[in-house]
Amino acid sequence: MATTTDNAPAPPVTGKRPGSTGRAGDKVFLGLSRGSGILLLVIMASIAVFLTYRASLALSRNEGNFLTTFDWNPAGDPPVFGIAVLLFGTVVSSIIAMVIAVPVAVGIALFISHYAPRRLAAPLAYVVDLLAAVPSIIYGIWGALFLVPYLEGLNLWLDDFLGWTYVFEKTQVGVARSLFTVGVLLAIMILPVVTSVSREVFRQVPRMNEEAALALGATRWEVIRLSVLPFGRSGVISASMLGLGRALGETMAVATVLSPSFVISLHLLNPGGGTFAQNIAAKFDEANELGRDALIASGLVLFVLTLLVNGAARLIIARRKEYSGANA
Amino acid sequence: MAKRIDVSGLSAYYGSHKAIDDISMTVEPRSVTAFIGPSGCGKSTFLRTLNRMHEVTPGGRVEGKVMLDDENLYGSSVDPVAVRRTVGMVFQRPNPFPTMSIFDNVAAGLRLNGSYRKNQLAEIVERSLRGANLWNEVKDRLNKPGSGLSGGQQQRLCIARAIAVEPDVLLMDEPCSALDPISTLAIEDLISELKERFTIVIVTHNMQQAARVSDRTAFFNLAAVGQPGKLIEIDETERIFANPSVQATEDYISGRFG
Ligand SMILES: Nc1ncnc2c1ncn2[C@@H]1O[C@H](COP(=O)(O)OP(=O)(O)OP(=O)(O)O)[C@@H](O)[C@H]1O
Ligand SMILES: [Mg+2]
Repeated sequence: MATTTDNAPAPPVTGKRPGSTGRAGDKVFLGLSRGSGILLLVIMASIAVFLTYRASLALSRNEGNFLTTFDWNPAGDPPVFGIAVLLFGTVVSSIIAMVIAVPVAVGIALFISHYAPRRLAAPLAYVVDLLAAVPSIIYGIWGALFLVPYLEGLNLWLDDFLGWTYVFEKTQVGVARSLFTVGVLLAIMILPVVTSVSREVFRQVPRMNEEAALALGATRWEVIRLSVLPFGRSGVISASMLGLGRALGETMAVATVLSPSFVISLHLLNPGGGTFAQNIAAKFDEANELGRDALIASGLVLFVLTLLVNGAARLIIARRKEYSGANA
Repeated sequence: MAKRIDVSGLSAYYGSHKAIDDISMTVEPRSVTAFIGPSGCGKSTFLRTLNRMHEVTPGGRVEGKVMLDDENLYGSSVDPVAVRRTVGMVFQRPNPFPTMSIFDNVAAGLRLNGSYRKNQLAEIVERSLRGANLWNEVKDRLNKPGSGLSGGQQQRLCIARAIAVEPDVLLMDEPCSALDPISTLAIEDLISELKERFTIVIVTHNMQQAARVSDRTAFFNLAAVGQPGKLIEIDETERIFANPSVQATEDYISGRFG
């Protein structure tokens, strides 16, 4: 993605150097790298084949519609399960997370890279990097113990002032184990990684691009608007995708906070709902053979979803290639 | 409006390193002044003190006075951002905004300064591009990115961007050093035209260029590596090249000519 650098390939070694073992070394290395490349592909392919096979077993015995059924009961008679609720919950909680996290992350990244005095910027960057390494179960426990009770107040407030939007209307009383809370928690979880990558991109804005704006009499904010943000755009998209990938697949934190139920409700503050990863984590242990295959099928959908999101991001970045400043 | 620059007792530092020492000179309005001197003698540093760009470098610090007509650029109530809006700058390497179209590049400074109506903006952009002798080459692709132009065209785009806001002074730091001889000539012609309207200061390593475009030439030198650079002399360009009053100037110029 945007943070990769093009390393010029080393010039090919031609001719024999006297007393060199290069030839043999080359052969060994070539064999090793080619071998591991092939091995990787084989492993990937066999995983894919295995998962698809198991998923198809489950799908062939599903009596409900896999895409539209609001239920997950593969152990029932007849077995019925569908991903509608999971897809909805996964997408909605991730969107909430992105909407909250990306602007905040960009703001923090800009602050560290362009506003904070150097003495403050370095420790701040370090702390953000540290936060990115905190295991998700820690976030989950923190979310359940602190965020859920704390967000109850916010939920009531949102209900009071934004209840007319339907989305923020709270029709069920109960603790804030809702998709909205999950979204907030996911936002906090992905904030460090999005910040960290964005900051790195902003730091790499060529000095001469910024000076171009400065020399026109741009204020600090205008420098950011004219030079930093356009340059960092694709990097921020990459960073967001990294965060989104984590949000889509997050398991433990969601499972700890959400009170799952198989309903779709646009009242985001109501408890209930589910996500792919949370559902798999919650059901896998007690599931029978068919149940596990059904969960695998849902996992494949999550995988496809992640691929689609990444593809879309690449398209957006490629569309702006012409303007990327490679020639500047 | 072109303005007179009057520098007195100016020193500039990078942290504790003094890069230029106690420089005083006057630059007349509607004239071209060339800065020449060996590498590292502080020409760029001095140039950048004239629009308060020096202080954006970490550790950058300036002592002394720069009068623009009768306003001290380093007065305590002066906003450096405002200074840079009246003193334009063109850099050694062309640096158009890579994500912006040609049109938006030229309009960038105008949009910072205030709001213009659409046709007004188009008019100024055309005038500036004509002023930079670039209009004919780009008039059919104003919406294409500026980074898609050749190096020489990019540099003229940067000049158009700088003159679009009608600065009082135009500073150019080796504007032709990355360009081929034809683009160089194009820009030299442009400089001669622009001096009708602006006060121009240009840094160059090319003696012939200094002789061709400038009215006055300032020679900078430094005693030894690590020492601060100093202004040795400033005079009419013809005198500097024919019979300078300081031996070092003659050595430098004749050394270059072989
Ligand atoms: N960003 C910086 N940080 C620290 N020292 C610097 C910096 N830029 C320049 N200097 C020092 O200041 C002195 C003057 O540099 P300057 O770039 O002004 O020279 P110059 O005359 O423009 O040289 P050239 O002809 O090579 O462009 C040099 O000793 C240089 O090492
Ligand atoms: Mg220089």
